[in-house]
Amino acid sequence: MTATLDRPDDTAAAPKRPPRWWLLLGRDKLAAVAAVVLGLVLLTALIGPLLLGDAATRQDLNASLRPPSFDHGITGLLGTDILGRSVLARLVEAAGTTLSVAIPAVLFSLVAGSAIGMWAGYHGGRRENIAMRVADVILSFPSLLLAVVVLYVFTPSVANIVFILALARIPIYLRTARAEAAELKSRLFVDAARTFGTTSWPTIYRHILPIAMPTLLTVATLDFCFVMLSESSLSFLGIGIQPPDVSWGLMVAQGRQFLQTAWWIAVLPGVAIVLTTVSATILAAWVRLATDPAQRWRLTLPTSKRGKRSVTTEVTA
Amino acid sequence: MNPLPGTATAEPEARTGEPALAVEHLSVDLHTASGTVRAVDDVSFSVHKGRTLALLGESGCGKSMTALSIVGLLEPVAEVVGGSVKAGGTDVLTLGRRARRRLAGPVLSIVFQDALAALNPVQPVGRQLGEPFRIHHGLSRREAKEKAIELMRIVGIPEPRARARSYPHQFSGGMRQRLLIAMAVALAPDVLLADEPTTALDVTVQAQIMQLLRDLRAERDMAVVLITHDLAVVAEHADDVVIMYAGNVVETGPVREVFADPRHPYTRGLLDSVPERAEKGKPLPAVGGSPPELSNVPPGCVFQARCPLARERCADERPRLTATGPARAAACHFSEELASV
Repeated sequence: MTATLDRPDDTAAAPKRPPRWWLLLGRDKLAAVAAVVLGLVLLTALIGPLLLGDAATRQDLNASLRPPSFDHGITGLLGTDILGRSVLARLVEAAGTTLSVAIPAVLFSLVAGSAIGMWAGYHGGRRENIAMRVADVILSFPSLLLAVVVLYVFTPSVANIVFILALARIPIYLRTARAEAAELKSRLFVDAARTFGTTSWPTIYRHILPIAMPTLLTVATLDFCFVMLSESSLSFLGIGIQPPDVSWGLMVAQGRQFLQTAWWIAVLPGVAIVLTTVSATILAAWVRLATDPAQRWRLTLPTSKRGKRSVTTEVTA
Repeated sequence: MNPLPGTATAEPEARTGEPALAVEHLSVDLHTASGTVRAVDDVSFSVHKGRTLALLGESGCGKSMTALSIVGLLEPVAEVVGGSVKAGGTDVLTLGRRARRRLAGPVLSIVFQDALAALNPVQPVGRQLGEPFRIHHGLSRREAKEKAIELMRIVGIPEPRARARSYPHQFSGGMRQRLLIAMAVALAPDVLLADEPTTALDVTVQAQIMQLLRDLRAERDMAVVLITHDLAVVAEHADDVVIMYAGNVVETGPVREVFADPRHPYTRGLLDSVPERAEKGKPLPAVGGSPPELSNVPPGCVFQARCPLARERCADERPRLTATGPARAAACHFSEELASV
């Protein structure tokens, strides 16, 4: 058999095994830093409160509004608020609350929205119409107003906040997923799968989801910021996280009135929000590249060469 | 309606038993914005196991539409309005979706022309080739992958175990076509449709792919329906041929007989336009004109506008497919005349 004749000319491009993801991550400095930051935030949220004990709620009116300094031990490192509570301890405490609202809300809306969206887009017709009209109805309410109404009626618990934020964000994923699925369902490899009898859910799971996923993940990380900010808006209005619990958004809201006298109370949690969301966005961009088999090789190059389509990069491909 | 005498396309000795695939009076309508047109008009043919039938015709003559309606992949604008497609004794057109899915793969399968588009770009090929086994045999991912590697070896992919982890874009065109064929024959189908499987490939690779199809056909005792516009491929690899024009079958029969002695002016025109037959220094004979718009097919013979033999009768009366030999038929009022020319 002359099989060797039409063997691909780029045999070097067919590695014995694709490079491990952590090696790829190590190659991309920015993404690696983002991953480390996110890891630290998660770690802080998980074990920080155990180490700090009641430092986040301990009041000391003598130490009210102390600026950040090295003079008062670790709890005084980032200053104190009006009641003399350690801002550092409150930031650590708030990390847990913030993430326990934002992560479940994003995950829930991502999963539900994508599943319904891909189902609607894949089948088309009446199912698509119903799903899209329901999404339009949800979108036509200002999501914050929806949250306000629901949280006034029900008690503002963490579970309710998660539920209402997730519900309000489902249409975002639903629309994206539907658009992707509607385009992908007419691709030949989906037809090919149907020619040997694949049913609709396995087709969606194996052939549509892997291609739509990077887009959906990018939307999710952007939405992560939105959900954190929505939660802080709700907290600011007094129907979000209830004191003595504390979240980053609530800290910003509470610190607002001291902005001119004690900037650290509002600014530091703001920085925490920004750092977390920016890291999530960078990591999402990296994940999008790393999950695309045709683009993955770019990550094995030094950052300076990436994106350039020079002869040398083509050869290393 | 009686089955037409000449539509049985197999040679006499092969005509024993049920054909693996029997298409009878299949008609497909396209509902377009400017009205309904008939894309496939009363097409009949059958194939037995171990034989290759070629569906031959120029672009837009309805050969791919016929294939898509057999495997049930028609777009919503197309509708099967009549006829039957019998595979394994059952009419697949009347089956429910669930029953049809059970046939998809073990009974009927298809090889597409564009292999890169027919493979999922984000899945390693090993996993894709294993998919039929997971669906129909309920194998685990690991077992399915072993089967996939075995398939890759059968279709002649070097180092199948290492290559199973590669993605479609890392294969050459010929290799991708082999992968697609591997996926199509995974469940040992009775009937394999090949929709222009070699059109996108260069000639050497084309020969290898056709040889592979031929080997697989012999080894697995499949019936192959080869859809093509390439006369050379038909002459070399098919046993029987169905020549289509503007959605109609104009001539059928064993390839050898039809090509040696065409009984339809269209077949004759096609054969005359092959460069090898042309005389040096003279313009290449071609079938003048172009096929009719499907929305504007004349009431009489579909080929009348381009036919050198066209007469008054052709404008009024559509010729029926009538036997011109023991196993062949042509749809021309004057096929007798052609025989004597």
